[in-house]
Formats: sequence, C-alpha cells, structure tokens
Amino acid sequence: MAAKNQKAIVKQILQKNQNDRARLVDILQDIQAEIGYLPKTVLEATAAGLDVPVSRVYSVATFFKAFSLIPRGRHLINVCMGTACHVRGSDRVLEQIEKELNIKPGETTPDLKFTLETVNCVGSCALGPMVIVGEDYHGEMTPEAVGGVLAEYK
Amino acid sequence: MAKINSAGELETLRKSILAKRDPNKTVIAVCNGTGCQAYGSKNVVATFQEQVKSQGLDDKVEVKPIGCPGFCERGTLVIVKPQDVFYQRVRPKDVAEVVTALGKKDVVSRLLFADKATGAKVTRENDVPFYKKQQRLIIGNNGLIDPTKIEDYLAIGGYSALAKALKMSPDTIIDEIKKSGLRGRGGAGFPTGNKWETTRHAHGDVKYVIANGDEGDPGAFMDRALIEGNPHSVLEGMIIGAFAIGAHQGYMYIRNEYPLAVKNMGIALQAAEELGLLGKNILGSGFDLTIKIQRGGGAFICGESTALMASLEGKVGEPRAKYIHTSEQGLWNRPTNLNNVETWANVPLIITNGSAWYSQIGTKGSKGTKIFSLVGNISNTGLVEVPMGTPLREIVFDIGGGIPKGRKFKAVQTGGPSGGVIPESMLDIPVDFDELTKVGSMMGSGGMIVMDDKTCMVDMARYYTAFLEGESCGKCVPCREGLRQMCQILTGITEGRGKMEDIALLEEICATLVDAALCQLGASAPNPVMSTIRHFRAEYEAHIKEHRCPAGVCKIGAAAVK
Repeated sequence: MAAKNQKAIVKQILQKNQNDRARLVDILQDIQAEIGYLPKTVLEATAAGLDVPVSRVYSVATFFKAFSLIPRGRHLINVCMGTACHVRGSDRVLEQIEKELNIKPGETTPDLKFTLETVNCVGSCALGPMVIVGEDYHGEMTPEAVGGVLAEYK
Repeated sequence: MAKINSAGELETLRKSILAKRDPNKTVIAVCNGTGCQAYGSKNVVATFQEQVKSQGLDDKVEVKPIGCPGFCERGTLVIVKPQDVFYQRVRPKDVAEVVTALGKKDVVSRLLFADKATGAKVTRENDVPFYKKQQRLIIGNNGLIDPTKIEDYLAIGGYSALAKALKMSPDTIIDEIKKSGLRGRGGAGFPTGNKWETTRHAHGDVKYVIANGDEGDPGAFMDRALIEGNPHSVLEGMIIGAFAIGAHQGYMYIRNEYPLAVKNMGIALQAAEELGLLGKNILGSGFDLTIKIQRGGGAFICGESTALMASLEGKVGEPRAKYIHTSEQGLWNRPTNLNNVETWANVPLIITNGSAWYSQIGTKGSKGTKIFSLVGNISNTGLVEVPMGTPLREIVFDIGGGIPKGRKFKAVQTGGPSGGVIPESMLDIPVDFDELTKVGSMMGSGGMIVMDDKTCMVDMARYYTAFLEGESCGKCVPCREGLRQMCQILTGITEGRGKMEDIALLEEICATLVDAALCQLGASAPNPVMSTIRHFRAEYEAHIKEHRCPAGVCKIGAAAVK
C-alpha cells in the first residue's frame, strides 16, 4: 500500500474519531484493521493529527498486544493459550504449527501468507484447544489435525 | 420506533409489543454466542430459516438467534418454545428432521440430552442436570431474547427498573443497593452501594461511570456472554447507576478479542438512544447520559481500574497507586465509578424486586447469584449461575458432571491467574467471597478451571506465572522482576534443574510481591504458586529430588537426571 494512501486512511479515521486523543487505542485499532499493521509513517501521522508527541503514540502502540509495527501475513493464526486450552494440550498444537510453518509466535512467514500469534482465551473453552485462522474457529485441535487446517489456507 | 418521553409511554410501547406477539407461537431459539458460532451455529440458523420456509411454516414458527444460555459443551444449542424442548449438538444436517417433527408435534429423540448414568433422555431444558441446580437470574434471560432487538428486551420487562429508579431519589437508590448487599463481581468484592455513595458525594460536577468488560482471565467468559447475549441488562444497570451517582458520561470498556460483544453492544446503544433511554432528558426525567464503547487493546492489566482509566485517556495502560480512590479521582482526575458488567446487570433486578428479596439469596457476607465459567477437564463446560454459598463440590460434580475420560479430580483453580488451587479435601466449602479467600484463593471474576490427575501442579504454577510475567506492565520492580525470577525458577523445576532451596526462595519472592507490588496484578500473582506449594508440595519435591513429574506432563530431560 502506498504511503500516500496510508496517510489518507489515517486522516479519515482520525476524522471519524473527531481527532479525540482520548480515543487513541480505538484509533490505532481502526487503522490496523485497514492497513494490517502500524508502520512508522502512520504513527507519525497519527501523532501529528492528534497533536501529541510521537513517543505517546509509540508507547501505546507497543504496550498493547493487539498492535504490530511490522507487516503481517494474509492469514492471522491465533492459537489460544488460555487455561482451559492449556490443560487440554494447546502447547503441543502450537509446537506443531511452529514446525509446519517454521515460524515462532509473533513472526510471519517469508511469503507473507501466515502470521502466528497466541491469544489468552477467546472464551470458547468447551472446544479447546482452539485455533483461529482469520475469522474461522477450529476447535478441538490436535497436533495431527494441524496440517489439514493449514492446507485450507495455502 | 419513535422516542419515548415518559414511563407511561414506555409501558404503552411494551403493551403494543406484547399485543403483537402470540405466546403460543412456536419459537426455535438457536444459540448464537461466540462458543456456538465456533460450532457453526450461523449455518444452523440459516438452515432453520430455509426449512421453516420450505415446509410452509412461516407464519407459525419463528427462528430466533439468541445469546449464550451457558451449556457450551453441547453446542449448538436449540430450544423450541413454548414447550422448552432442549436439543443439543445440533448440526445443519439435523435441522430438517427437527422442523418436520415440529409439524407433527413430535420430538427428535436422538438430539435430546441423555443422562450419563441412566441413559434416559431429557426433553425439557430445565430438567437437564446441568441447569437443574442453577438459579439463572441473570444469564437465564439470554435464552429469551435476540440480543440485537430491543423489543425482545422490552417484552421481558426490560427498562422497567430504569423507569422505577428515575422516580426514586438517588439516595434511596443507593440505599437499596447498599441494603441488597451486592458486592462487585469483578473480583475484589467491594460493596457496590458504598462505592456509588462515595462517588456521589465526591467533589466535582463532572463524574463518570464505567462498565469493565475487559475480561482478561484466561478461561473466563461470563462477561462476554452477558454483553453479547443481553447487552441491555448491562446498559440498564449502568443508566440507573449513573442517575444515582450523578454522572452524565459513561464508558463501556470491552475487550477487542470479543468482536461479537462489541457489535451487539453497539447495536444496543444505538437502539437505546433512538428510544430516548439514553441521551438528553431520559424518559422525561431531566436526566442526561451518553455512553460510548471503548475497545481494549489486549492487555490483561487493563482489567485493573486505574490502568483501564489510563487507557481510556489514550495512554499506556499502567496502573497507579491508589492513595486516592478512583471514586474521588479517576478518569481525567474526576470522580469515577467503575463496576464489572455482571455487577451492573444485577442492578435492574434489585431495583425491580427490592433489596429485601435480593438479600435473601446467598450467604451472610455474599448476596445474590454468581456466574462461573466452568472449564478445563470437566464433562459439562459452560457458564453456571448459582446462588452464593453453593458448595464447590456441587458445582463441579452435580452441575459440571465431574471429570471426563474416567480420570480423577485433582484440583480446581478459582479466580484465574490471581487465584489459587483448591484440592479435593476442601471441595465442600461454600463458594462465596470470604470462604474462597480463607482457603488461599479468591472469587475473582468467576473463572473455575478444573484439573484432573494428568495435570501437573508445578506446570500450572509455571503457566500462570509465565502468563502474568508477560502481562505485567513493568511499572513497579517487585512485579516486573519478581515474576521474571519466579518464572525462571519454576521453569527450572519443571525441566529438572530445581534445587530444594528454590521452594523457600519462591516463598520469599511471593511475600515481597504481596507487600510491595503497586497493584493487584502483582499482589495476587503469588496465589497460584503459594497455593500449589501448600497443597501439592510433594509434587514439587518429586520434580526436584527425583527428577520426575508425577503427572507425566513436564519433559524432564535426560541431561538433568545426569
């Protein structure tokens, strides 16, 4: 996405939020939903638009787990590491995904297809271990089933 | 719908909604909570709609997507009303059969719940053992309404508590809440009425109310079920509270990991504004209130009130020391009243039925019901609402159905990462705020994680500590460094590198955290470690002395054994 285009998106989202600096977390959520991550130029444009130091925007963007400063893959894989999933063996499911994609949590595959993340509970505990790819929920996952699920998105 | 200007108009609207409804009309209620959506409930709803149409039952049968009724283990849940036929594990391929049976006034036996012991089929929802011992005052309404339709909430008496409250004086409302004995459902159990009173009497004209829906405890999802399944109940409680306190601006803080909750609350806010239940001059009372949704950013610490308020101000979610309470100086340094969403949802009940009615439910120190999220190694995963004081054993075995796969119960963790484990010998304690604290755990927001004999207690302590280390905001040293050290020591033990002195060292760090951490995240972080050492010391010793994990979870390498 061109930098110019990104700035237009920032401007539009800031307007929608009345340039209200109290809504910074919300604003960054919206921007990330549009662009996919928060590049440096976007952080600077947000800071300028809200009239706050870039350090403030940077601190918020790096504090919350929801934000990423680097590009993310087309499919975001969230492996639930909540307690209910943990006691049902989510560790082994995560290990298997790491092995298949050859990336660690927080990383993206070089072809920008997958980003692997962990999440601390999505509240679908009856179906644990839970793996969410994009908006699709895959419940009762086992290390053996990982390959089949990933193949759906390749 | 047009704006309502008085309590009288609200009643007229309610009557007109009810007049249009035939109480004998068949309603197929399909759970559309996040849990059931993961099973594919959206498809089930769509298939029902198709089938009802193709079988020519359009005018006789309504298909209604509802909020989570709680029995997640058996999703997708379908309840046929008014007969209350309870179908479980319904998939799209089962739908045609259900609709056909409906036409013949029959039931599909294979989709009914079967009693584990006797194999007998249970037809009606309330006869299912999971529901039988519950008292679903709060969450029960989830099964009656489509959360995206305010008419549904009005049809079950919604917003009548608000109309009643607006005619009471703020002091009388606060008095009622105080007399009801309602305590905060977010974890600390602070008396709600007293909190309201302090905020009401705090200096300043501008005051705020906040609903805390940043449900970060892994394994807990009762707040999500309330926000997405019955958003108006939370909203109504909040409007009543704001009126009593004298606040004109409110915030609904919802975890962004709950997209459906954010969406349904947004729809609810808009509907309430359109009807004049929010905004200027609510129901002609002269009281104004606006409420905005704020989404969280995925930080557990933001469940802490001061950290939540910092993030509402657009800052990093770090807590501050509370020499000055938030009820005196909270958001933007103004008096702020923050309650958990479940606390807010209790308020309309108290106003409608009176404090005397409410205070009959529960124990001496803990009134009302509490929703627990029963998860882990348990047969019936789901949300359970019981009166305070219900014995833990009853929740785990009678309602939860015990441990699956023929394994044995080992412990239950209450209160999430801030709570402790409770072993079998203590299962008969009544569950309320004070009893749980006495045994070294806490109520917390209501997560209940059941563990079987294949669960390693040292690994659990390591898991929680690692979670909290990751979520510690890093502002105060005891929490930032203490948790890091604890995590290293616990990891060492689970990998066979532990020493006997480690246990004493863990206890020392824990004591420091309790005394010196800035907020409750740090101060309660030792609970999982301390409680596992207290009740399962032998497991620690087996890891350290014998390089052996009795539960067979930890991968103790050959190198460690020498």
